[in-house]
Amino acid sequence: MTAPRLRRRKLDIKTGLVDLSHGAGGRASAQLVDDIFRPAFDNALLDLGNDQAAFDVAAGRMVMSTDGHVIWPLFFPGGDIGSLSVHGTINDLAMAGAQPLHLAASYILEEGFPLADLQRIAISMGRAARAAGVAIVTGDTKVVERGKADGLFITTTGIGVVPPGIVISGDRARPGDRVIASGSIGDHGVAVMSRRANLGFETEIVSDSAALNGLVAAMVGAVGAGLRVMRDPTRGGLAATLNEIARQSRCGFHIHESALVVRPDVAAACELLGLDPLNVANEGKLVAIVDPAAADRLLAAMQAHPLGREASIIGTVTEDDQGFVQMTTAFGGDRIVDWLTGEQLPRIC
Amino acid sequence: MKYIDEYRDGTLALSIAATIAAEAAIDRRYRFMEFCGGHTHAISRYGLEDLLPANVTMVHGPGCPVCVLPVGRIDDAIRLAMRPEVTLCTYADLLRVPASGGTSLLKAKAAGADIRMITSPLDAVLMAEAEPAREVVFLAIGFETTTPSTALSIDLAHKKRLGNFSVFCNHVLTPPAIRAILDTAHLPPDERVQIDGFIGPAHVSTVIGTEPYRALCAQFAKPVVVAGFEPLDVLQAILMLVRQMNAGHYRVENQYIRAVTATGNRLAQSAMAEVFAMRDTFEWRGLGQLPHSALRLSDAFAAFDAERRFCVVPVAAADNPACECADVLRGLKKPADCKLFGTTCSPEAPMGSCMVSPEGACAAHWTYGRFRDRIPARAAA
Repeated sequence: MTAPRLRRRKLDIKTGLVDLSHGAGGRASAQLVDDIFRPAFDNALLDLGNDQAAFDVAAGRMVMSTDGHVIWPLFFPGGDIGSLSVHGTINDLAMAGAQPLHLAASYILEEGFPLADLQRIAISMGRAARAAGVAIVTGDTKVVERGKADGLFITTTGIGVVPPGIVISGDRARPGDRVIASGSIGDHGVAVMSRRANLGFETEIVSDSAALNGLVAAMVGAVGAGLRVMRDPTRGGLAATLNEIARQSRCGFHIHESALVVRPDVAAACELLGLDPLNVANEGKLVAIVDPAAADRLLAAMQAHPLGREASIIGTVTEDDQGFVQMTTAFGGDRIVDWLTGEQLPRIC
Repeated sequence: MKYIDEYRDGTLALSIAATIAAEAAIDRRYRFMEFCGGHTHAISRYGLEDLLPANVTMVHGPGCPVCVLPVGRIDDAIRLAMRPEVTLCTYADLLRVPASGGTSLLKAKAAGADIRMITSPLDAVLMAEAEPAREVVFLAIGFETTTPSTALSIDLAHKKRLGNFSVFCNHVLTPPAIRAILDTAHLPPDERVQIDGFIGPAHVSTVIGTEPYRALCAQFAKPVVVAGFEPLDVLQAILMLVRQMNAGHYRVENQYIRAVTATGNRLAQSAMAEVFAMRDTFEWRGLGQLPHSALRLSDAFAAFDAERRFCVVPVAAADNPACECADVLRGLKKPADCKLFGTTCSPEAPMGSCMVSPEGACAAHWTYGRFRDRIPARAAA
């Protein structure tokens, strides 16, 4: 006589809610992984069911990065916390010139979070990762009591490989180098703000959230070691990014407002809300600092890629012991582009 | 963007700048005060000073509501917010203003006070309606620009018969402040600010009109040009002031005709008159006690007056003695003249209120213009 087999009840994704047992490490936790994450991420390393993923790596330099995501609302025009958490870490890796390989994802879930939303987010993560040629190979799930978190927080960690001969770092900008922005600024921040109920305006603006590793591969292919610095201007916008690089490289910048691309609806929303597009977050744009001799070649390569079609040279690196980012305004005068003080909008990514 | 870009046209700016340079007499100084923080911000943000000849200079005025609020009023607001039953609502700018003893509303919030940022006083009324167990207090500040919306929110709370909504009123008036700046006959010569003309407020004037400036022009023999907040508005107003001075005129002129009339917005004026009454006197940071310069809730709306409801007893509080906000607000000093500027006082850690609001003279200069301070040093090197 065989022992009775426990009949596994299906996870009620349609109406079910996350409860504390889903984070307890027992059968409920396993079921959450089996029914939601595995099908969504769909890769052999995850399917092995280990607490870690083991894989061979190429010789050379590896890069590693991690990023926590607390964006609210979870779903916004052009993306959701899932796709954002994949793009965010892929982009951090890509900014070293790396080809991203694998991601790990860690979830903090609030008791009561709808399983349907969790599935939607997991599917979105899987889709974003596959589109970027990256696999989510390991992860972790924790559940906290109601009120101790806000829905869902996701931390992703990734590793990637840098091609030989490429050293891209924030301290490598040199006076005379050219500064290139890959496209319009401010789209993500305004798209998210437009969904905050208390601001009461509606727009057609969608987030620019995207994985930039394809664009970066094309850039590295075009100019190789001519690339000195790359960074994605997320929180704090282009202004914060240029100030960070100025500090790391002990240099300044001179940029031209007329060379910046700002969509008319983004400009209008910023005008209404009293924001400067230079301070507004992006999630699918990059700034590259390049040897002046390679600038035109790099610009052409970027403009040939779908994510760099609107790329433009926005300025040059200057010698400046005080690290000022100076801008000639479209009006004709000069001003500083400074870090943002305080918090423009909490939980933007 | 239509109706915005037209007022930021660089080519047109150069041509107005050239006209100003051509018409300003070489042997004469033209010192203009822009009263409003909105103008200060525009001047810094667009680098307008780069377009003016050396003998046409701008002096920043006190028209920044956050800047002129004395420390004692912020202390009062913090005391209100610390009451367990109170939810204090206000605009984000005010949260970082330094109060006595190194505190601020932001620090009080971190310490547990229920302080919420809002973008409209209407949100505070709706909050009071949604949370009847909370005493919702709106910390109201601003010149005549924001006063009508506070009046309407009080009116709405009245209509909704809300017993848990009140306003801690700090609304102030523009003409008495301009008078205080110009009325310097009683001061020692080194405390008299040298101003040849005024750029009059944009948004304030949409409400009060241009008439209230007429008496000031006549009494002090200074020209006033009411101007919009776009950079071309400001440049054109400067040209109009130069022309008045050259002709020996001191009139009120209206550059901002697309929004401002002589008599202003009657509807807004009557909303204010219904809800507010004149205070005998009010303390301004930098300008001291000014008679008939601020509003309180009228007796008919006393039930919505947080000062009366919570028996707020004003406590005098002194500014940081090293802080030069007072002289900056009166146009006697430029931000970089203050020893604290950029050393211990910055927008991240403000010592004085002028470094807090984007409309404050110090914050505007720090954020957009401080690179100019080093130019002489560079030239020498």
